[in-house]
Amino acid sequence: MFLATVTVTIKENVLDPQGQAVEGALHSLGFEEASNVRIGKYMELTIDSGDREEAHRKVVEMCEKLLSNPVIEDYQFELTAVQKGVAL
Amino acid sequence: MKSAVLVFPGSNCDTDCVRAVEQVIEGDVDRVWHKDEDLSAYDFIVVPGGFSYGDYLRSGAIARFSPIVKSLEEAAAAGKTILGICNGFQILLEAGLLPGAMRVNQSLKFVCKPCKLRVEDGSTRFTTGYEKGEIIDIPVAHQEGNYYCDEAELRRLEDNGQVVFRYVDNPNGSVADIAGIRNKAGNVLGMMPHPERAVRDALGSSDGVRLFESVARYALDVQKEFA
Amino acid sequence: MSAVDEKFREPTPDEIAEHKVYAEMGVSDGEYDLICDFMGRRPNYVEIGVFSVMWSEHCSYKNSRPILAKFPIDGPRVLVGPGEGAGVVDIGDGQAVVFKIESHNHPSAIEPFQGAATGVGGILRDIFSMGARPIGLLNSLRFGPIHRPEDRHNRYLFERVVEGIAGYGNCIGVPTVGGEIVFDESYNGNPLVNVMCVGLIDHDDIQKGVADGVGNPVFYVGPATGRDGIHGATFASEELTEESEAKRPAVQVGDPFKEKLVMEACLELIESGIVVGIQDMGAAGLTCSSAEMASKAGNGMELHLDRVPQRAAGMTPYEMMLSESQERMLFVVKPEHAEQAQAIFEKWDLPCVDVGSVTDDGRLRLMHHGEEVGDLPVRAIVDECPIYERAIEEPAYFREVQAADALSDPELKGEEALTGALETLLSAPTIASKRWVFEQFDYMVRTNTIQAPGGDAAVIAVTDSDKALAMTVDGNSRHVYLDPYEGGKAAVAEAARNLVCTGAEPLAVTDNLNYGNPEKPEVYWQLHRSATGMAEACEVLSTPVIGGNVSLYNEHTEGAIYPTPVIGMVGLIEHQKEMTRSGFVEAGDQVILVGETKPELGGSSLRAEVFGKRDGAPPKVDLEVESKMQQALLAAIRKGLVQSAHDCSDGGLAVAIAESAIAGGQGATLSATTELRGDHFLFSESASRVVISAKEEQVEELLAIFEDAGVMTQVLGAVGGDKLEMKVNGAAALNSQIEVLKDRWEGAIPSIMSRDH
Repeated sequence: MFLATVTVTIKENVLDPQGQAVEGALHSLGFEEASNVRIGKYMELTIDSGDREEAHRKVVEMCEKLLSNPVIEDYQFELTAVQKGVAL
Repeated sequence: MKSAVLVFPGSNCDTDCVRAVEQVIEGDVDRVWHKDEDLSAYDFIVVPGGFSYGDYLRSGAIARFSPIVKSLEEAAAAGKTILGICNGFQILLEAGLLPGAMRVNQSLKFVCKPCKLRVEDGSTRFTTGYEKGEIIDIPVAHQEGNYYCDEAELRRLEDNGQVVFRYVDNPNGSVADIAGIRNKAGNVLGMMPHPERAVRDALGSSDGVRLFESVARYALDVQKEFA
Repeated sequence: MSAVDEKFREPTPDEIAEHKVYAEMGVSDGEYDLICDFMGRRPNYVEIGVFSVMWSEHCSYKNSRPILAKFPIDGPRVLVGPGEGAGVVDIGDGQAVVFKIESHNHPSAIEPFQGAATGVGGILRDIFSMGARPIGLLNSLRFGPIHRPEDRHNRYLFERVVEGIAGYGNCIGVPTVGGEIVFDESYNGNPLVNVMCVGLIDHDDIQKGVADGVGNPVFYVGPATGRDGIHGATFASEELTEESEAKRPAVQVGDPFKEKLVMEACLELIESGIVVGIQDMGAAGLTCSSAEMASKAGNGMELHLDRVPQRAAGMTPYEMMLSESQERMLFVVKPEHAEQAQAIFEKWDLPCVDVGSVTDDGRLRLMHHGEEVGDLPVRAIVDECPIYERAIEEPAYFREVQAADALSDPELKGEEALTGALETLLSAPTIASKRWVFEQFDYMVRTNTIQAPGGDAAVIAVTDSDKALAMTVDGNSRHVYLDPYEGGKAAVAEAARNLVCTGAEPLAVTDNLNYGNPEKPEVYWQLHRSATGMAEACEVLSTPVIGGNVSLYNEHTEGAIYPTPVIGMVGLIEHQKEMTRSGFVEAGDQVILVGETKPELGGSSLRAEVFGKRDGAPPKVDLEVESKMQQALLAAIRKGLVQSAHDCSDGGLAVAIAESAIAGGQGATLSATTELRGDHFLFSESASRVVISAKEEQVEELLAIFEDAGVMTQVLGAVGGDKLEMKVNGAAALNSQIEVLKDRWEGAIPSIMSRDH
């Protein structure tokens, strides 16, 4: 079994209104050093598979088909081997 | 002619669309549940607004995998008339029937208000009832209506004349003030504003009536051609 | 979930008694003894838990019942009065309107988005569990001030409450069409979130929450039960303190998408005609719904808690009985209809589980894995909670504020001062346009909204009919604070007046009583006095109270909130063409002030916003005059003699005229005569007044109607131009471009709310 942690963010060249708003708020709170704020989504899923490569392939497929929208979003993920029932 | 209004879990403008179609277009209109798989009987298919699957993950992202969508894709390929409104537009984008994607509004807030649109093309099967350049009143109600596509795509849309409606005063930050686009073939229209909410003067505008009339007129013309 | 939870061992009945565990649940020593008597033994942990929530103020109305008894509840149109999920009023042609208001104050103070959202979810369930299709939502909100830089937290609460209401209502597809918002120091730290839902039903479909038919199965519908909101009802019945923050888990999370499915499925189920009884799981969740349904039928119920869908592993009977997980319903059908019912929920992908059955022994019996874990007398939990007639004492402040001379402020003289005062009032957040708020609400979905938010009342057309329903929520808590009796009358009178201004005949009332701690004699006095006033007004105006909600213990570090009764009212428009709006319509129309203006500045917006004073005796309401005025106005509207009508309330005549001008996009040239001081005349908040406009050729006929009714009128001048100009006793008083007034009025809240971004 693998624990996949997926991060979906708005593509670099696409305007991210939420990121912009948060950046503005940070600046108004005095955090001038913050820039390039991007807001994304974080997802956790347990993959029932004994094979890391297969798990990797499946997660890529999930990301491209449903979890992200390739027109405006990028995704990244990490796989961690876990024991049954221990995940989450 | 026969019309269908699709119903996904979380659709909430289906009833309004049925009422609008009933009011304007002669013939039957059916509500078609998302688990059904056959749209072949219909000339006109409306994908209504709402919050399909709660708009969780992304607007329209989950609905796009409902069984009915395969048949919607077939109908699009067959040249049937398809209108996606608001969440319906988002579903058409997610399904790839129209190019681009939706982002959250520039204001980050849901916005519901009457809205002025400029008709960019009065010759599509959805807009023959309008004059090119005419300003019409159709309300918006959405939180993710900030249309996006990259520059190459935008150029294609503009070059092909696929932008059908533009906002006069952009309420959401969409690229090139886009309010509604059609596919290249011209049989699929997606728009964020709600024409079904502008069908009686008592609602503040009846400018949406002509959109449905245009669709009916087109169907009639096609029928005549075949006859 | 956490290690602490797993190690937690439920106290035994003896430990509960010895360590007074019940006290932490809000049960008093006396109540505990009574419970032991009813049980014939010491209750175990789940049993005392059940009693504690059912005997909380929120579920039992133990402090407010003597107050609620004052209200008239009958009327020729009332089909269902207080006691069910919502009241039902006949509107003719076999149709009826169903409505109710409810508060979600404490949850919203702790987590404004979810608190407000789940408030909307709860009131919707009350309506559709009656069998009605929800057609409109309204809200009445109170926050501390937002206009100063340091009011950041209040702005945050305001912004998130609005987003929470929008998030839920927009998703489920019920238009949010109206409301009112007041900002006042009194609500610092204790905002009020009252939400009202209006539904439409055919008489034949009216449901009741009864567990009839011994042996009938009891079904649980909706998402799985989690550990959220345990003791929410008790939480709502305590003061907010610093420790409230630590009670964060008591706030539930809403899922409007699920609720939409539950709503459609339940309406489909009800339409199938097989439901014996149905009730939503609101406050006190499974406990309240099961006990109340059994009690109303005079039956008992057996529940198998292990069958309840569970979101977390290892949930105890106590947790399942007290969870306030959202979007859940309980219903009873005959055994032969069980399959049909389950098929409906399967279509909507919703869990629907047989969790028990109706019994004949009047006991609520709780089973867990075949073992009996609780056995309670239904009647005792539902109906035997002791009722408290609390001590009453006139508060010291009352005499003081009454004695203050509200006419002693320096006179505002001349055009500049008076126009300046008007602009100040228009940009005060309480009076200013709430467009920033209502544009976040989908107020158009269902395509029946024929009068959008911003007018005197919202109006929703009845599908396939010429009828329409007008709806409003109202309450001026500053007036109630200064004189609870007069303020109580005024709240009802104003709500009815708002409806009449749209051309509707007021039908009935749902009220939300938001007060401080009733154990304080001064608070109970406020409750008692204001309810007396409201009851009198409901009687005279023929608007019975068909249901409502009580929210007590609204206190913060500086004391109780202003006593805040909120009146929700619905009216009927027989013919849609008779609907009237507040904005001026046509140049040349004559502007008429209806009603008598008295020197009543106590508690007025002018004193509060311009002079910073919140005292004096508030305006008095002569209910006979109010009733005559409203009937005459309605008659005139129905005869087609009225172009526009707008209630005179906050800010008096000056603000009412300015609002009619802004709404109509047209100015007016007016001239008034009065025996009062000019500023008093313009800003007095005397009751029973409206500003109307009429076509010149119809003025005579119109004035005759008021004259026959014995109602004073004064023709002020004509609509037209782009300026509002007004003379009082020949002296220039108001002079401003409509665009300028509009900017002040429309711009105030957006500019304040952009401050933190």
